[in-house]
Amino acid sequence: MKVKQESILMKGTRSVERAREDFPILSTEMNGRPLVFLDSAASSQKPISVIQAINYYYREQNANVHRGVYALSQKATDLFEMGRRRVRDFINAPSEKEIIFVRGATEAINLVAQSYGGHFFREGQEIILSQLEHHSNIVPWQLIAEKKGMQIRVIPVNKKGELQIEILEEWLSENTAIVAVNHISNALGTINPVREIIAKARNFDVPVLIDGAQAMAHGPVDVQELGADFYVFSGHKMFGPTGVGVLWGREELLEKMPPWQGGGEMIHTVSFEKTTYNELPFKFEAGTPNIAGVIGLSEAIAYLGEFNFEEIAVYEKGLLDYCVKKLTQIPGMQLVGTAKSKASVVSFLVDGLHPYDVGIILDKMGIAVRTGHHCTQPLMEYLGIPGTIRASMAFYNNREDVDRLVEGVAKAQMMLS
Amino acid sequence: MKSINQIQEEIVDDFSLFDDWMQKYEYIIDLGKKLPLIEEDFKTDEYLIKGCQSKVWLKAYPEGDRVYFKADSDAVITKGIIALLISVLSGQKSEDIANADLYFIEKIGLMEHLSPTRSNGLNSMIRQMRYYGVGIQTKEKEV
Ligand SMILES: Cc1ncc(COP(=O)(O)O)c(C=O)c1O
Repeated sequence: MKVKQESILMKGTRSVERAREDFPILSTEMNGRPLVFLDSAASSQKPISVIQAINYYYREQNANVHRGVYALSQKATDLFEMGRRRVRDFINAPSEKEIIFVRGATEAINLVAQSYGGHFFREGQEIILSQLEHHSNIVPWQLIAEKKGMQIRVIPVNKKGELQIEILEEWLSENTAIVAVNHISNALGTINPVREIIAKARNFDVPVLIDGAQAMAHGPVDVQELGADFYVFSGHKMFGPTGVGVLWGREELLEKMPPWQGGGEMIHTVSFEKTTYNELPFKFEAGTPNIAGVIGLSEAIAYLGEFNFEEIAVYEKGLLDYCVKKLTQIPGMQLVGTAKSKASVVSFLVDGLHPYDVGIILDKMGIAVRTGHHCTQPLMEYLGIPGTIRASMAFYNNREDVDRLVEGVAKAQMMLS
Repeated sequence: MKSINQIQEEIVDDFSLFDDWMQKYEYIIDLGKKLPLIEEDFKTDEYLIKGCQSKVWLKAYPEGDRVYFKADSDAVITKGIIALLISVLSGQKSEDIANADLYFIEKIGLMEHLSPTRSNGLNSMIRQMRYYGVGIQTKEKEV
């Protein structure tokens, strides 16, 4: 059944042009130069409202949740559960029971691999991943595949960094245990055709997990419309705090899955003879949760709600095009990942220069980029490169940031060659 | 042969002439570019020190109670810093290498390059150089 909630998204009226001012860190310096932050794909910066919400929580609202009879605990619980409702609204999940708070995308994937995989996977079955995956969406599957005696197949990419999903027609079968792919590639910025992948998997009743770690900062995700079975993401990449993330799963599947970690909160009754488990979502939330984290994430979602996501998408596309145009004016520039559909991530190499050296010079100039393999070693190996320099932008970046980057790369080139 | 500390002092003196980071890094890059520090044949896994961002190869040649080093990196800034380290440690007595206080790195403002988050292999390289020093020392003591 498809339920459409009144989304808190798309309604915002604030212009993104002023968003930068909401992020205090963006007016600080690094190495004596105004900070140019181009590493949001690794972790985004936090708006003042999120920082204040966490601060205020610890100053005036802190208590454990779901336990105390006193007013303070009730207040903390209300805030915590409001966070769950906001997440539900944000991804248009049918029910709050389907929103499981975890540490981040990595933990969510491990939970599914261990609990769903541990219960349902059978020897000889296949897990389908893609060449574009982050290590977090590779290693948890390798662990369970090893344990169960399963094979892993990898959807190939072309040189532009686009997934070649036609192969799925051949690979998908009743013997496929799960398909797990990312929504947006962290290394190259490719927006993957997850709808098509899900549709293909549907034909064989194969469940699909989407790693949405990179997607949430760039646009709304409607999990019902998408039709996936699991969708996972991290708070810290969508302007919220570190240490909190979300596993969304279809209730029907989550109900059938055994608990993963045991402890407080996730139980109904405990005795040494027989323990019964709490209902969803608590069944999967063992121990005291990251309360401040959830409150911070909740505030980040409220913050995003002030904007119009379509405007953000247009703005980021403009920045991406500008960045690509400017960077390609540098001689010897080699863009890595030129998919047709891309988020505001630009991975590149400069002929004759090691990414690490470029990163060091940029750092000295106050420019934060990521260099290396971006936790996607299989992808780098396939592309035949040791790594890239990656500039990843959010809606708080502007053209001046891009200009400073281009100036920095030009200077690095001058110094290094 | 100059002692480890004499060489460190010279490096600190050289670096005190630079007014800004650019001059300093241009010098390091120059050092890095100047010479192939190791023969291509040695750029194999056997001599590779794992750093996740840049690769470092290190080979030690013991001669009597002294140890000589050759090393290289695929990143030129890392290579420049390696050149400095080699100028300080190569050819020194093994026990001096094992116990060296490499204070020049901090004095010339390159400490950040030894931070584990840089994962450039330099830290492991220094550790490995010390091991070679210790290795020879202990061997001697056993005799
Ligand atoms: C595509 C993708 N998946 C998963 C992760 C892991 O996220 P976390 O470290 O927050 O669990 C990342 C983080 O870089 C990512 O980019």
